[in-house]
Amino acid sequence: MAHEATMSPLAHADDHHGEHHESPNVFGFWLYLMTDCVLFGSIFAAFAVLRNQYAGGPSGKELFDLTNVGIETAILLFSSITYGFASLNALAKNKTMVLLWLAVTFVLGASFVGLELNEFSSMIAEGNGPDRSAFLSAFFTLVGTHGLHVTCGLIWMVVLMVQMMGPQDLSERMMNKLACLSLFWHFLDIVWICVFSFVYLAGVM
Amino acid sequence: MTQAPTTTMTGDSHGSYPSYLIGFVLAVVLTVASFAAVMTHALSPGMALAALTVLAVVQIVVHLVFFLHMNTSTEQSWNLMCFIFAAVSVIVIIGGTIFIMHDTAINMMSR
Repeated sequence: MAHEATMSPLAHADDHHGEHHESPNVFGFWLYLMTDCVLFGSIFAAFAVLRNQYAGGPSGKELFDLTNVGIETAILLFSSITYGFASLNALAKNKTMVLLWLAVTFVLGASFVGLELNEFSSMIAEGNGPDRSAFLSAFFTLVGTHGLHVTCGLIWMVVLMVQMMGPQDLSERMMNKLACLSLFWHFLDIVWICVFSFVYLAGVM
Repeated sequence: MTQAPTTTMTGDSHGSYPSYLIGFVLAVVLTVASFAAVMTHALSPGMALAALTVLAVVQIVVHLVFFLHMNTSTEQSWNLMCFIFAAVSVIVIIGGTIFIMHDTAINMMSR
């Protein structure tokens, strides 16, 4: 550390400025999330336009099972706070607990994806797939894109857990990776708020 | 169990157990309120949609503050500025799309 300080006094000064100084990696990832915001905004806009175009097919009222949506919502909310606990343990450099909370978060995320796939497959089996009507095309695109993001988050989580295993301590680099996945995971929960409010709940009214 | 040594009064951008739990409880209350607004059929569809919108916006803010640790500190000003730009873009995209497509539908007499 002393060596680094002599190499670049500015970086050292930054370190003193605050323990929480954000790495450029995390800021870069934040910028990516903002573009993801725009992506979801566009898909939501498409859904808003097409939400009443049933083409004689079923409406949301006939298709959506609010109990299932409620369970999915609860699972994602719990996974948000379990990831939060993983982040706090990472700050305390308690690697075992980080792995444990990440595993809990993974199980919750995987059951969310499982429930969603179950919902999709039963809808498709009844002939209400994305090809049935414009409403269903928009529905599958929007909810499917969110589900795909969650799936990517799960893969990322497994990769980080594998990288963390072994005797080494949590490196600064690993902390940044965990911070990025944290932003991603909590961001997906925010997208889900809009999904359950404007797709499911507004759809059954 | 709190992060005592690194916690400051002003800019603890990493959260703590109490802040996560407060955020979680608020999120649960807002989510239940959203489901109740629709499932109890107590409100007219228009009112229910308005209630859903308000509850969703409040819950998004709760998540941003308690889970994504967004704040107005100078260290985070670029994050905040980018977020505001993205949020304005999304509002323009969604609002503009609904407005234009509704107008088109009226003029084409397609609904």
